[in-house]
Amino acid sequence: MSQKTVSQKTVSPKTVSPKTVSPTTTSQARTGSVVEFAGVVKRFGSHLALSEFALTLHAGELVALLGPSGSGKTTALRVLAGLESTDGGRILINGDDVSGVPTSRRDMGMVFQSYSLFPHLSAGENVEFGLRMRRVPAAERRSRAAEALDLVGLDTHYDRFAHQLSGGQQQRVALARALVTRPRVLLLDEPLSALDAKVRVSLREQIRRIQTELGITTLFVTHDQDEALAVADRVAVMQGGRIEQVGTPEELYTRPASPFIADFVGLSNRLPGLVRHGFAEVHGVTLPLVDPSQPDGPVRVFVRPEDLSLGTIADQPGTGLPGTVLLSSFLGSLRRTSVRLDVGGTVVLQHDVRLHPTVGESVVVRFSGAPVPVEAHIPVEAQTPF
Amino acid sequence: MSGDIRVAHAPSRLTRGLILGVVGLVFVVPILAMVEFTLRRGLEGGYDLHRWADLFQGGLTGEYKPVLVALGNSVGLAIGTVAIILLLLVPTMLLVHIRFPQLRRVLEILCILPISIPAIVLVVGLAPVFSVVARLVGSGVWSLAFAYGITVLPFAYRAIQSNLDGVDVRTLSEAARTLGAGWGSVLLRVLVPNLRRGILAGAFIAVAVVLGEFTIASLLNRVNLQTALVVVSKNDPYTAVILSLIALTVAFLLLLAIGRLGTVRRPRPKPARTPVPPASPTSTPTPTGARS
Repeated sequence: MSQKTVSQKTVSPKTVSPKTVSPTTTSQARTGSVVEFAGVVKRFGSHLALSEFALTLHAGELVALLGPSGSGKTTALRVLAGLESTDGGRILINGDDVSGVPTSRRDMGMVFQSYSLFPHLSAGENVEFGLRMRRVPAAERRSRAAEALDLVGLDTHYDRFAHQLSGGQQQRVALARALVTRPRVLLLDEPLSALDAKVRVSLREQIRRIQTELGITTLFVTHDQDEALAVADRVAVMQGGRIEQVGTPEELYTRPASPFIADFVGLSNRLPGLVRHGFAEVHGVTLPLVDPSQPDGPVRVFVRPEDLSLGTIADQPGTGLPGTVLLSSFLGSLRRTSVRLDVGGTVVLQHDVRLHPTVGESVVVRFSGAPVPVEAHIPVEAQTPF
Repeated sequence: MSGDIRVAHAPSRLTRGLILGVVGLVFVVPILAMVEFTLRRGLEGGYDLHRWADLFQGGLTGEYKPVLVALGNSVGLAIGTVAIILLLLVPTMLLVHIRFPQLRRVLEILCILPISIPAIVLVVGLAPVFSVVARLVGSGVWSLAFAYGITVLPFAYRAIQSNLDGVDVRTLSEAARTLGAGWGSVLLRVLVPNLRRGILAGAFIAVAVVLGEFTIASLLNRVNLQTALVVVSKNDPYTAVILSLIALTVAFLLLLAIGRLGTVRRPRPKPARTPVPPASPTSTPTPTGARS
C-alpha cells in the first residue's frame, strides 16, 4: 500500500534510458561470448533458488538481472561463475557446457558487492593477481595492470592499499582486476550498492562505457531498478527463481508483461476497473490494454504516475476525474502529487515542477491514454494507490 | 576520532590502573621471589650472583646435560605442536568458515573443550591411546606432540578465530578463484597472508604452552624441560629456579613477539605521482550482502 510510495524510486520516462551509449553502438562491438543458461535448477535445502532458469546473453551485451531479495538473481550469477554448483540444466559459453568446470578455469571476471580487494596487496598487485595466476611474465603483468588501472582512471593509485582507497576507488580497482585478464564474461554482483548515490551514478556510467568499449558480455545483478534500466541493453526481471520478463528497459517499463513487473519496475497506481471488449474502463474512462486478449471481467488496472495529468475543471469541462490535492512533493526534476478522487481512492501523479498544486485545491486528474497492464481482481480495497 | 570515544561505563583511568596493578602484583611477586631465592648466598645470609655465574661459566654440561636434552625435546615438541596447528587446525578452520559454516559451533566447542578438562583427566584418557600410539609409531618423546596439539587447541583456535572474524575470507577466496587461483593458491597467496597475525599468535601461544607443560609429560613418563627442571630441583633447587626464570623470560619474549609481529605493516607505499584526494567518508566497508 502506501509504503511503496516511499520506498520506490522515481522512474520517469526521462530516466528510463539515460545510457551513454546506444544499443546500436553496443551491437557493433560484438566481440564477447554468448552465454546461455538452459533450464538451470539450483536448490538450497528445500528452497528452490533457480527453477528451470533460462536466459541467453548475446555477445557484447549487458544484461541486468533485476529482482527483489530472494528472487535468485545472485544465485544465477554465482552459478555462472561456478561459485555454486547446479542441480540441473546446463550453462553454455559459446556453446561449450561449463557446468562442471571449476571457477578458476571458467575465465570470468567478477566484481563483488562487498569490497573484495586483497588487503595485503597494493592496488596494482591486486590487478596483477589474475595475470600472476596465468603465469604472465612480470614486466607484462605490470604494464597490463597499469593499463587496466588507467582504464578505470586510477593509474596513479598503483601502489595504494585498499585501506587507502575510497569505496568507489576500491570498486574501480576491483573492476580493473576483473578486466585485466580479458575474461570471456564480466559478472557484476551489485557492485554499486555499497556506494553513495553520486558515486553510484558516475561509476555505473563508467562501467557502461568500459563495457561498451571492450564489447565484453556482462551480467549485472542489481536490486536497484534505476541502475538496471540505466545501464542495461536488456533487463531480466526475476521472481521466485525464474525470469518474469526479459526486454529492453523501454519494453519493460512501457509494456510490462505482468502485474508483478508493472508493480516492481517503477511506480504504478492500482485502480479498480473492468475489462470489456479489449479495453479497460476506470471510473468511466476507457483505456487501451497492453494485452488486448485479456478476458472481460473486474480487474486491477496499473497506471503510471506520468500517465496521469493534473488540470482544472475549467480546462476541459466534463473530462477527467475530479479530486482534492492531498500532498505535493518537489523531487528536483519533477513534482509528485497525491490526489484524493471524489469517486474514492487516491492516485499519485508526476508532473512539471512549474505546476504548483496546493494542498486542498480542487483539481481534475486526466489519463494520457497509454496502454495499461491489468490483473484480474475482485476489488475490495482496490481504490487505494500502491 | 573513534579512538577518543569513551565507551559508556568504561572503567576510569584510576580503576584501570588499580586492576592492572593488582594483577601485575600477582604475577610479579612470585617472579621476584624466585629471583630473590636464586640470589641468596646460603646459610650465612646476604645476596650475590654466584649461582648465576656458576651456571653460565660451567655451561649446561655434566650434571645439567639432561636439562639441555630436555630443552631440545621441548623445542622439538613445540615445533611438532605448531606443525599440527598449521597443517591441521588452520585448514580445518578455513574449510569450516568457507564451506561448512553450519559446523562452526561444533568446531568451536571441540576446540575449546580441552581447556575445561584437567590435565590429569586428559592423561587418564590419553594413556591407553598412547599405548596404542607407542605400538604403532614408537614411544619417542615426539609423540607427546599429539597430546599437546590437543591442549593448545583452545588458545590457538581463539587466536586464529579472532583474526578470521575480521577478514571477509569467503569473498576474498571467491575473488581469488574467479581470478584463476586454485585452492592451493587461494590458501597460500590470499588467506594465509591475511591471517598472518592470528596464525602467528596461535603458533607462539602453542610454543609458550608447550615450553611450560609438565603434567602430561610427567604422567606419561616423557622428558621435557619442565620434568627435567623438577629432577634438577631435587639436587639443586637454586639452579632449577634459575633455569625456570630463563624459560619464563624466553616465553615472555615470545609473547611480546606476537604483538610485534602481528602489527608489523608493510613499508609505506611510495607516494603517488600526483596528489590523490583522501578517501571519501562513504568508504566504510559494508557487510557482505545477503544473497538474493
